[in-house]
Amino acid sequence: MTPTDKSGSGTVESDEAIIEIAGMHKWYGEFHVLKDINLRVCKGERIVVCGPSGSGKSTMIRCINRLEEHQTGKIIVDGIELNDDLKRIDRIRREVGMVFQHFNLFPHLTVLENCCLAPIWVRRMPRKKAEEIGMQYLERVKIPEQAKKYPGQLSGGQQQRVAIARSLCMSPSIMLFDEPTSALDPEMIKEVLETMIELAESGMTMIVVTHEMGFAKTVANRVIFMDEGQIIEENDPETFFSSPEHDRTKLFLSQIM
Amino acid sequence: MINKNGTLPDLPPPSTNIGVIGWLRNNLFPSPLNTLLTFFAIYIIYLVIVPTVDWAFLNSNWVGESRDACTGGGACWVFISARFDLFMYGFYPESEYWRINLAFAILVLLLVLLNIRQVPQRGWLAAFTLICYPVITFYLFSGGVFGLDPVDTSKWGGLSLTLILSGVGIVASLPLGVILALGRNSQMPIVKAASIVFIEFWRGVPLITVLFMSSVMLPLFLPEGTSFDKLLRAMIGIVLFESAYMAEVVRGGLAAIPRGQYEAAKALGLNYWKSMALIILPQALKLVIPGIVNTFIALFKDTTLVLIIGLFDLLTTIEAGFKDSHWLGYALEGYVFAALVYWIFCFSMSRYSQHLERKLSTGHAR
Ligand SMILES: Nc1ncnc2c1ncn2[C@@H]1O[C@H](COP(=O)(O)OP(=O)(O)OP(=O)(O)O)[C@@H](O)[C@H]1O
Ligand SMILES: [Mg+2]
Repeated sequence: MTPTDKSGSGTVESDEAIIEIAGMHKWYGEFHVLKDINLRVCKGERIVVCGPSGSGKSTMIRCINRLEEHQTGKIIVDGIELNDDLKRIDRIRREVGMVFQHFNLFPHLTVLENCCLAPIWVRRMPRKKAEEIGMQYLERVKIPEQAKKYPGQLSGGQQQRVAIARSLCMSPSIMLFDEPTSALDPEMIKEVLETMIELAESGMTMIVVTHEMGFAKTVANRVIFMDEGQIIEENDPETFFSSPEHDRTKLFLSQIM
Repeated sequence: MINKNGTLPDLPPPSTNIGVIGWLRNNLFPSPLNTLLTFFAIYIIYLVIVPTVDWAFLNSNWVGESRDACTGGGACWVFISARFDLFMYGFYPESEYWRINLAFAILVLLLVLLNIRQVPQRGWLAAFTLICYPVITFYLFSGGVFGLDPVDTSKWGGLSLTLILSGVGIVASLPLGVILALGRNSQMPIVKAASIVFIEFWRGVPLITVLFMSSVMLPLFLPEGTSFDKLLRAMIGIVLFESAYMAEVVRGGLAAIPRGQYEAAKALGLNYWKSMALIILPQALKLVIPGIVNTFIALFKDTTLVLIIGLFDLLTTIEAGFKDSHWLGYALEGYVFAALVYWIFCFSMSRYSQHLERKLSTGHAR
């Protein structure tokens, strides 16, 4: 049985796994932050991860593109198993885009330069081509007119959309989002979520750490609840919100809804 | 006076608060004590300025050939003008002065071109200035090629030597400092330890010791018969010494870059060197421009220490000038002139750094 069968909303293109995490553990020094994580993500699937602060959500998705190192267990991304081999890490990072809570745009570069940097220096694309692609994605996130500005001159919502465009310019097959809207004011949250919904409709594989339950209900194929470094519950959004199985999930949902 | 709609009209401020009078009132005479202090300060300034102007301008002599021309009782600037060539070129042969002038003219031209926005390919021009220009200058100064007479480095001196020493120091210490700073932040224990030892060693010894060791001790360790140019040794000493300082300045900048910048660069697939060169260093160096220029200014003035190993930099040539029996007693003129020259260069660097900071600012306050 694949999780696709349960999918409550939207469709998944295939049941071919693009991310596979098996028996993964991670420690920060003595602190056991991730415990026996097992997760299989299919191509085109949208997964929302939620859970209380400090439960290890960020750490888990950061292991997928090796911003954090796991100690035991297996992580296979797009057929490549993650280990210390730098070449593999580079290949995986090209396939996996990431959007951060605090945008992390490069303040010394213009919006367009932010977008073109990686295609030029990592994919070795000619500058002209990279700029075309950069403009194309800036149009897609609806801020082509800001291309020549610096990130410091944009609003938070605009910055986050630039960050999304910047990742998309590398044409990743997977996008990771770590609380992309939690540093934003309410009216800006909407514009970022709309961008993400459009992205989901285009069939991108997405793992999104967020507490935006509306987003989870409309977009996710599966919702994952984490607590104290473990995946406690994993279900399609409808079941997850209407009849959560675990007490801890119920408690968490009652606190945020 | 109330407007029809009941609001108060905009009135000009009272004349005692604006203009020259307002400024004087607010800044110089706001209270009896301040008024007293103002007059006291004016008196002190008067005491200093009047004799200085008398000495430097009103009673000074500017034209002539020897000290006999100095009859005014004030400054004898004839000393400077008569010895000007020595101060600029040291003992460089007079017939070859054009080579130094040419090297300097090329430098000025390059710097001007580099600061004009419309010039195409400024990146290549900058690379030329940093890599090819020093080579050209070296051959112009030392000769021995293209039919240029060889001039031994012992003849180099004056302001041109000061500029060479500090130019080499500035151009070489920044990249070395960056590498040391990256080394000190490295994950690799050996690289990290080596950088720390290097930095702490060179920061821990006075430059004067470094120069002294390079001229007295180094020859003892070298195999007999190898001669190792004195100027070159001084340059190496200065570069190593200053790069240790530069490393710490750059490290301060690296520490100020948020972790998110490193993570975003990694997540985009940039490797270590690319993320350093494209993301981290441009931001870190921009942050520490004042510190870098501060180090450059210190370096520029520290080059005067080469006098203890017998090199004739600007200050040493000036001192040699007034110790000459023809000009005994004109030390003050010499030192004032030296101070003025050093001040012009240091102040220019300082202004340029402020200009650079403004130019590079992208409206992002972190
Ligand atoms: N570099 C680190 N060194 C040591 N402990 C860390 C480090 N980073 C995170 N932790 C700890 O690991 C735990 C999980 O952190 P993580 O950031 O993954 O939580 P999270 O679920 O994303 O929380 P939040 O919702 O607040 O972002 C926390 O208890 C945190 O204190
Ligand atoms: Mg987090």
